[in-house]
Amino acid sequence: MRPSAVRLLNILVPIKRAVDYAVKIRVNPEQTGIDLNVKHSMNPFDEIAVEEAVRIRERLKDAVKSIKVVTIGPPKSAETLRTALAMGADSAVHVEILESAPAPEPLGVAKALKALIERQKEGVDVVIMGKQAIDDDAGQTGQMLAGLMGWSQATFASKVEVDPEQKIANITREIDGGLEELRCKLPVIITTDLRQVHLLNEPRYASLPNIMKAKKKPVEKLTAAELGVDLTPRLETIKVTEPLKRVGGGKVANVDELLTKLKEAGVTGKRA
Amino acid sequence: MLALTSGRLITARNLRYLRPITTTISQVSRQISTYNVDIAGLTEEQAEFRNAVAEFAERELAPRAAQIDKSNNFPSDVWEKLGDMGLLGITVSSKYGGLDLGYFHHTLAMEELSRASGSVALSYGAHSNLCVNQIHRHGTEAQKQKYLPDLIAGKKVGSLAMSEPGSGSDVVSMSLRADKIDGGWKLNGNKFWITNGPTASTLVVYAKTAPERGSKGITAFIIENTFKGFSTHQKLDKFGMRGSDTCELVFDNCKVPEENVLGQVNKGAGVLMSGLDLERLVLSGGPLGLAQAAFDYAVEYVHDRKQFGQPVGTFQLMQGKIADMYTSINASRAYVYAVARACDRGQISRRDCAGAILYSTEKAIEVALEGMQCLGGNGYINDYPMGRILRDSRLYAVGAGTQEIRRMLIGREFNEQFKSP
Repeated sequence: MRPSAVRLLNILVPIKRAVDYAVKIRVNPEQTGIDLNVKHSMNPFDEIAVEEAVRIRERLKDAVKSIKVVTIGPPKSAETLRTALAMGADSAVHVEILESAPAPEPLGVAKALKALIERQKEGVDVVIMGKQAIDDDAGQTGQMLAGLMGWSQATFASKVEVDPEQKIANITREIDGGLEELRCKLPVIITTDLRQVHLLNEPRYASLPNIMKAKKKPVEKLTAAELGVDLTPRLETIKVTEPLKRVGGGKVANVDELLTKLKEAGVTGKRA
Repeated sequence: MLALTSGRLITARNLRYLRPITTTISQVSRQISTYNVDIAGLTEEQAEFRNAVAEFAERELAPRAAQIDKSNNFPSDVWEKLGDMGLLGITVSSKYGGLDLGYFHHTLAMEELSRASGSVALSYGAHSNLCVNQIHRHGTEAQKQKYLPDLIAGKKVGSLAMSEPGSGSDVVSMSLRADKIDGGWKLNGNKFWITNGPTASTLVVYAKTAPERGSKGITAFIIENTFKGFSTHQKLDKFGMRGSDTCELVFDNCKVPEENVLGQVNKGAGVLMSGLDLERLVLSGGPLGLAQAAFDYAVEYVHDRKQFGQPVGTFQLMQGKIADMYTSINASRAYVYAVARACDRGQISRRDCAGAILYSTEKAIEVALEGMQCLGGNGYINDYPMGRILRDSRLYAVGAGTQEIRRMLIGREFNEQFKSP
């Protein structure tokens, strides 16, 4: 909760194991969700976050004391942690939930992360995570965590520069109007974006020697109960269906025909 | 294909594959392979290894495969990338920078690289198994320290030469002579069909030190391409594997120092033959990868291509092709993997190493042909990868021994076994 006493940074990178971005998504027969019996991999936004943490260390060298990755997920999520360790993280935390448990929601995740941060004896200075997960596209966890912790936040980051001496971070954000530059006091929550124009970074793939070294890096296992957090979802998914097939449109010859067609379709144009 | 999935954010990596929906399928599509991990029986660690290699191949090789084939050149920047990835010393001790893993892993790596680019994989196999593994198995400590680190880092390219213009299947009849001179040996003769020959700096070469003793007069040498008297003829213009550089080697009073003898003088045949067993096993991954690539492409195509109002893959004859291709691939893979696992347990069986590559090669060529047929007229156009995959697969029927020699070997082993005393 408090930044480290010496000017050394402790970075925390929450990551999520999600359905791989190239998989053809299908709704399951019960219409309760999508078919999860497919290839999973690290959320691409989180890959960028891990890569950014490793690059911060490459830039600041010894000023970065530790890079810790954390995931909340079933046993299989351990492979995502190993990928992050192979990319350059030092240690990992696995908050394990049952395979059959429903996916945690952003608020639950944020609360769990808060509890985890408070357990870190050496404190956390920078939390860097993907801005959203490609399965739920919620985009809430980073902001919620900042609110719960009372920390500064910089979302949709396209450029990150941390100054451990001054205890600030200069972050460039992608916003609708262009680019916004923020200066945040540490500790800070950063969520990473990946846009076509201003690419934050290109994640490295883990080399085989690094993958093998990663096996020796420590992975701490925790449960939600140990963190004192209830991950039960507050939302109930009633039904999941595929989007309707697109039906062809039609061309109209003139404005009168357009008005006729609109009226036929039930569009009245009267104020509600 | 990406644009057709649900409203998924276009990620940066997709940029490479981003294209309008109206483009033809001939352009690279990021597919999920139909490789069946459960049937392959991989452990979690092996699956992780395979995924890492697959991701590397997907990013570094797959997008360039067509261009590499067209250019008839091995892309030289790839060697160091392979080295950084840790792929060039899979079976080598960590003492020399290797991964201390086994032949199963090496076969997996060969398969995944081949799935992306058959020719890069072939050159890779020649470097990492034919050259590196032989030096690792038979080299002196000094030789290993001298040659392995650079080869494993990808800073130097490795090769192996046994075949000659006049000695292919009958390799033991080779006529490259090695005559004893003060301080070493003098080599005279030629080698032919040598993969990586044009660019290799470290070559394992077999020569006759005692021609009158036939097979008992062969010695293996480590040659450096800077040795006086060593040269290469121009690159061969091949039907397939056009990204793997192949050429003739010329030895004209080539002086080789005594410390470059690999193994013992006149005991080279054992080095050669035992090396061939493992070479056949690891290279079996090559046809597997090619067959998988052909199938993945074809099975996606036949579900996109519509004729008579339905995807062509739903017609029975096409369903039959899909079934035959899929079962062939999985059967080949099961045999190759079984032999690989046995080799890692120390049970190296000559007939099964030969059998593994015999079978997987035959099936790969069949699958590649059928795959091309699945694309109809489009299979015949070079914009599509099927032609390259088929051309690449044909190599394995003659490289690392011909199909005929493999059959003869297996038959002969049984003849020996059943011979009446």
